[in-house]
Amino acid sequence: MATDLLQLAIYGVVSGSILTLGAIGVSLIYGILRFAHFAHGDLMAVGAYFAFSLVAGLGFPLWASAPFAVAGTALVAVAIDQTVYRRLRRVSPIILLISSFGIAIALRSVVQLIWGPHNQVYASGIQLPWRVGDIVIKPDHVWIVLGAIVLVTALHLFLTRTKMGKAMRAMSDNMDLALVSGIPSERVIVVTWAVGGGMAAVAGIFLGMDTRLHPVMGWSLLLPVFAAAILGGIGRPYGAIAGGMVIGLAMEMSTVVIDPTYKPAVAFALMVLMLIVRPQGLFKGNP
Amino acid sequence: MELGGLLTYGVFFLTQAGIYAVLALGLNVQYGLTGQINIGVAGFFAVGAYTSAILTTATSSAHLGGFDLPFLVGIAGAMAASAIVAVGIGWVTMRLRSDYLAIATIGIAEIIRLAFKNEEWLTNGVRGIPGIPRPFVETLGADPLISLGVVLGFILLGYWMVERARRSPWGRVLRAIRENEDGVMAAGKNVARFRLQAFVFGSSLMGMAGGLYAHFLGFISPEAFMPLYGTFLVWVMLIAGGAGNNRGAVLGAFAIWMLWSATDSLTRELGAEYATQAGALRVLLIGVLLQVILIARPQGILPEHGRRKGSR
Amino acid sequence: MTLLAIEGLTGGYGGADILHGVDLRVEPGEMVVIIGPNGAGKSTLMKAAFGLVKIREGAVLFERRDITALRPDQIVRQGISYVPQEQNVFPSMTVEENLEMGAFIRNDDIRPQMDRIYTFFPRLAERRDQVAGSMSGGERQMLAMGRALMLEPKLLLLDEPTAGLSPIFIDQTFERIRKINEAGIGILMVEQNAKQALAVCDRGYVLTMGRNRVDDTGPNLLANKDVAEMFLGG
Ligand SMILES: Nc1ncnc2c1ncn2[C@@H]1O[C@H](COP(=O)(O)OP(=O)(O)OP(=O)(O)O)[C@@H](O)[C@H]1O
Ligand SMILES: [Mg+2]
Repeated sequence: MATDLLQLAIYGVVSGSILTLGAIGVSLIYGILRFAHFAHGDLMAVGAYFAFSLVAGLGFPLWASAPFAVAGTALVAVAIDQTVYRRLRRVSPIILLISSFGIAIALRSVVQLIWGPHNQVYASGIQLPWRVGDIVIKPDHVWIVLGAIVLVTALHLFLTRTKMGKAMRAMSDNMDLALVSGIPSERVIVVTWAVGGGMAAVAGIFLGMDTRLHPVMGWSLLLPVFAAAILGGIGRPYGAIAGGMVIGLAMEMSTVVIDPTYKPAVAFALMVLMLIVRPQGLFKGNP
Repeated sequence: MELGGLLTYGVFFLTQAGIYAVLALGLNVQYGLTGQINIGVAGFFAVGAYTSAILTTATSSAHLGGFDLPFLVGIAGAMAASAIVAVGIGWVTMRLRSDYLAIATIGIAEIIRLAFKNEEWLTNGVRGIPGIPRPFVETLGADPLISLGVVLGFILLGYWMVERARRSPWGRVLRAIRENEDGVMAAGKNVARFRLQAFVFGSSLMGMAGGLYAHFLGFISPEAFMPLYGTFLVWVMLIAGGAGNNRGAVLGAFAIWMLWSATDSLTRELGAEYATQAGALRVLLIGVLLQVILIARPQGILPEHGRRKGSR
Repeated sequence: MTLLAIEGLTGGYGGADILHGVDLRVEPGEMVVIIGPNGAGKSTLMKAAFGLVKIREGAVLFERRDITALRPDQIVRQGISYVPQEQNVFPSMTVEENLEMGAFIRNDDIRPQMDRIYTFFPRLAERRDQVAGSMSGGERQMLAMGRALMLEPKLLLLDEPTAGLSPIFIDQTFERIRKINEAGIGILMVEQNAKQALAVCDRGYVLTMGRNRVDDTGPNLLANKDVAEMFLGG
């Protein structure tokens, strides 16, 4: 039993790492543009499939295709912002949310059109897992967790050490003051989309490594991703780390007592609980 | 197609569009009047459909019930069940920003979908519930025209209810909340309660649409609900027709359903081997259409009464 | 050359006009004060000068250049800094980061200017690693001013810099503003503490209901009976 729980905890940390990367993007975008970006899950899918094209089409190893997928997805995110969201920004955050719902559906259709509706995998065959006592650890899982740690650290350095990163925090803190300080908001917004899109791509690739690729893979993760962001306090990227881990662990550990099909319900329940007792999240967000 | 076929198709088309019109009216109460975002329309729709199916089918060992009750009892049950789900979700989210409601409704729709698929004792799982009687089949017969008439009757009923609500003092408070929540709160009104009432009212109309759908098709299964696309279509219908305007909601439902059906016949030309691509292309077109409307004509075909252009 | 000239400014927030043909000017090195009752449009006038309000008629000239249609980030580059009345710091960022953000558009070395500000406001130097949200009102007001000074502006707009401060802090703040002004920086400030403000300023404007009411030198306004009745507590 104890080893079972430990094994589940390992899975929990793995999915928590994936959720964290998605939730950070959602939180950054929320902090600066004040809307819940519903196409974020589908951006993750786009990133995963970009990498898949390079792996399956050109025979790249996955690690080498990741940077291209990240760049490609960042570009897609910026392009969507510039063609659609930018025009709606002055209207209202609610319209942006509805628009992003439409973008989510459109992105998924594009994925289906290009890559087809079926399941895909990066590498067929079963990876030889490592065994530590009764615990099984897949090499992919180690890469996912390490990758998430590296990315989160890099983001932290970006937000605290670079002028652009600080400008992002400033805009999220006080948009009007950022404007009168001369911070060029449009440029910061573009960088925000690039960073959020890039992180989403990595999350998508990790999700593809952990399970499989499917056009709905991203949308299915949207609820846990938002649950993680809300748990951590939406608009607070650092909270997203804690939120991601709590949701990831809870979803995996819950399978001890309930049917695994209902994992999303666990994320939902935690989110609802949080909204009832502490709507601002673990760390103070923007309710 | 010969005349008879065309007529059958026309009846079928209008009935389906009519069911969407009821959904759009329900969403109009939530979004159009109150500014709430419900991305779980399909969930409330499914709750209505299954409730009515369970209430009106003959007793079966495959699922809960059936209870062999009359059609109208089924519809009333559908509305009540959706309303109960709405009370639960609304109670948690009404005091919060509309984004949280949007996310919560995604969650509830997903859980409803999973439950209906997996809880066989309740819904017979993926095998679905067959033999749902047509409306008033015992007294009026099974002519599809009867179903169409019943659906049109329910559109009128829904329209009448929502329009009355919109014009009432209650509806004015809802719009005031949408425009200036703090002002309404300062006037001593319980904003959360008004929001909850609107959310429950809208959701019960969605449940009603679900019930109509079940009786119209005669068979429902989890696959019969394209959950997300269903929700999405309703949104496009309302935005295109004119959020806040009930005639706009109905008009949008018929117009977008016509477009959606037209693209279906277009893509059918592509042949069976491209069926999935064609399906994706249709959805993509509607997704792009929504963006175009939001950017170029956000007020929709029939703008809300007394609203300045682009002022949302 | 006149530093700032506001000419016949009419406009508002999109609905009804708040300002109705307001005129105002600030000469280089001058300290000018705007007083007026609550809701007179003082803050709105400041925002209008900074491109944050819809201007229907009139013009804003800075050193004779027309800046009426410029965006805030372009106006900052002309040499104007603005301290809003409320929420004038980045609460989750440290003092040092706040100052850095004030200098966002500068690409040269900002260390010397930051050191000057720390010398001018020693309290900020002590708190340089503290987040602004956890500081007292007076400290925040200093930080807000420090942030605005990071660009070494020619003109500083201050919206009620002494609001909510204790009497000792108010005196200190006026003293500091006077020093900033003596360094050659033009100052346009809105003030509720009319008596003190008029005592230190060169000229003052009285604004009521979005219109110019009186304008004169500081001493003359202090001596003006109407003004005294309205704002100086008799
Ligand atoms: N963002 C805004 N949108 C719409 N109207 C506003 C806005 N800000 C202020 N107003 C209105 O403009 C008018 C002038 O406000 P303003 O803030 O300029 O007054 P003020 O003279 O600065 O008052 P105070 O002494 O209270 O700071 C008021 O009637 C106010 O309600
Ligand atoms: Mg003011």
